[in-house]
Amino acid sequence: MNAAWWIRDSWEMVVRNLIHIKRTPELLLDVTLSPIMFVLLFSLVFGGSIVIPNVDYTSFLMAGIFVQTIAFAGIYTSVLLANDLQKGMIDRFRSLPMSQSSVLTGRTITDLFRALLAVSIMWVVGLLVGFRPEGGLAASVAAIGLMLLFGFALSWVGVAAGSLVRTPEALQGIIFAVVFPLTFVSSAFVETRRMPEWLGWFADRQPMTLVIDAVRSLTLFGEPGPAAIPAVLWSLGTLVVAFPLGLWLYNRRTTQ
Amino acid sequence: MTRAMIEAVGLHKSFGDTHALAGLDLDATEGTILGVLGPNGAGKTTAVRVLTTLIRPDAGHATVAGIDVTKDPAAVRSRIGVAGQYAALDELLTGSENLEMVGRLYRVPAPVAKQRAAALIERFELGDAANRPVKTYSGGMRRRLDLGAALIAEPPVIFLDEPTTGLDPKGRLSMWDLIAGLARGGTTVLMTTQYLEEADRLADDIAVIDHGRVIARGTADALKRQVGGERLVVTISQESTLDPARRVLESIGEGPARVDDASRAVSVAVESHGAVLTRAIRELDAAGVHVDDIGFRRPTLDEVFLSLTGRPAEEPAEVVA
Repeated sequence: MNAAWWIRDSWEMVVRNLIHIKRTPELLLDVTLSPIMFVLLFSLVFGGSIVIPNVDYTSFLMAGIFVQTIAFAGIYTSVLLANDLQKGMIDRFRSLPMSQSSVLTGRTITDLFRALLAVSIMWVVGLLVGFRPEGGLAASVAAIGLMLLFGFALSWVGVAAGSLVRTPEALQGIIFAVVFPLTFVSSAFVETRRMPEWLGWFADRQPMTLVIDAVRSLTLFGEPGPAAIPAVLWSLGTLVVAFPLGLWLYNRRTTQ
Repeated sequence: MTRAMIEAVGLHKSFGDTHALAGLDLDATEGTILGVLGPNGAGKTTAVRVLTTLIRPDAGHATVAGIDVTKDPAAVRSRIGVAGQYAALDELLTGSENLEMVGRLYRVPAPVAKQRAAALIERFELGDAANRPVKTYSGGMRRRLDLGAALIAEPPVIFLDEPTTGLDPKGRLSMWDLIAGLARGGTTVLMTTQYLEEADRLADDIAVIDHGRVIARGTADALKRQVGGERLVVTISQESTLDPARRVLESIGEGPARVDDASRAVSVAVESHGAVLTRAIRELDAAGVHVDDIGFRRPTLDEVFLSLTGRPAEEPAEVVA
């Protein structure tokens, strides 16, 4: 199986996923309507109550909302894959002389597009409600790049989870129970130093905070800050583990 | 034309404690239809999944189009088409999009895939629905499109796993026409079924399987002969004449006559047609028996299955008392 075929097959899968989106646009609600709602709710509801020194709350908040949305969109790959696994098409793919992993690369690449769409929408809505990314263009591009890398890594975690868990419904519950607390016990919406000490200790060290801090530093101040390197390492590390694990679990699931 | 296109020797496959395949042997010659007949859970689907490289056997050896299914699954996949009980289609893609995508994934050049998809849509009478998402299709339309997807690369070997299960009679008949047409075109077909009628009608060769192994093998005719020869069956008008009818038939045929009170049918095994029919009519008439229907009947595959396994092939239908 050579690389050219793998790329062609992956693209074939991306096109298939894009047709799905075109025929059922509601598949995009989680990366369009939900992020808009989050930006508006948090900036309007909490904006007046939460005071962060030296920075406007909406500008502070945006990095948190970005990364939260990216994390959910990334891990949501699991639900989309689990949906696919419940239908007959995967059986057809298994019997074809195609690159089998392209089903997964096609899925995660499509979800990268979804993540980019979400970030773009949030960026525009953020600008309307007071987000001021004064870090400059290059730093903003770097911040978006980091978020997409993080999201792509989580997509592969989603591949592993989607291959492991039997139904999309069960996954929804697990995602909510795991990802939701992680976004709140982070620097997404408040400063971690105001949390109870033990919780703050955890929040400062978990990858969501690292990615959020790096994105915040880049967008607002134009510099990577101390969190950038750990954030990149966490993302790459997650990818290096989740990519082969996802392939293996998917393969195991579909050859039973 | 005697090349074996499908060959399986001693296939074993277990799932936990369940021995789905327990030494299965199969072979099919180029351009023929092999019917794999057996009840639910006999191992039919597992056999197809092994031969189509979806799962690996625990033991045994199988080749398709001369290629080992475990050593070079990718090469096998490019030479087979698979269609099954659960149509493997993309619900949101249209009929044409499904066929063209599968074609391209088979490495058929895109323009050729497009051409063939259009031709298959035409041939399978899906023209009106070609540009509708598959989720709007009826069961019969899905099966036809599924078969189309199996054929888009024009593979020499086709696997059909219960191709008509769940179809209405009209859908079944049109599926049968398509399958028979494939073999006429030189394609080798392995078809699993639980319908004896289907195997009888389509298959050149039948393998009856039960508990993961072949328990009988041969043409439909050979299998029927294995169970016993022809019977002379007489349906009489009045129940009161069942006894004289039985006596007459036993004097003509071999062994005891079978009497079915409900349908007022009496039957007996006969060795040859010869003058049996005219003699039977004459003697029945002389005994005052009025005959509604008389004729020779060969055993059905249902009877074959019953005599091989001691149980019917299909769950008996609800009996109305």
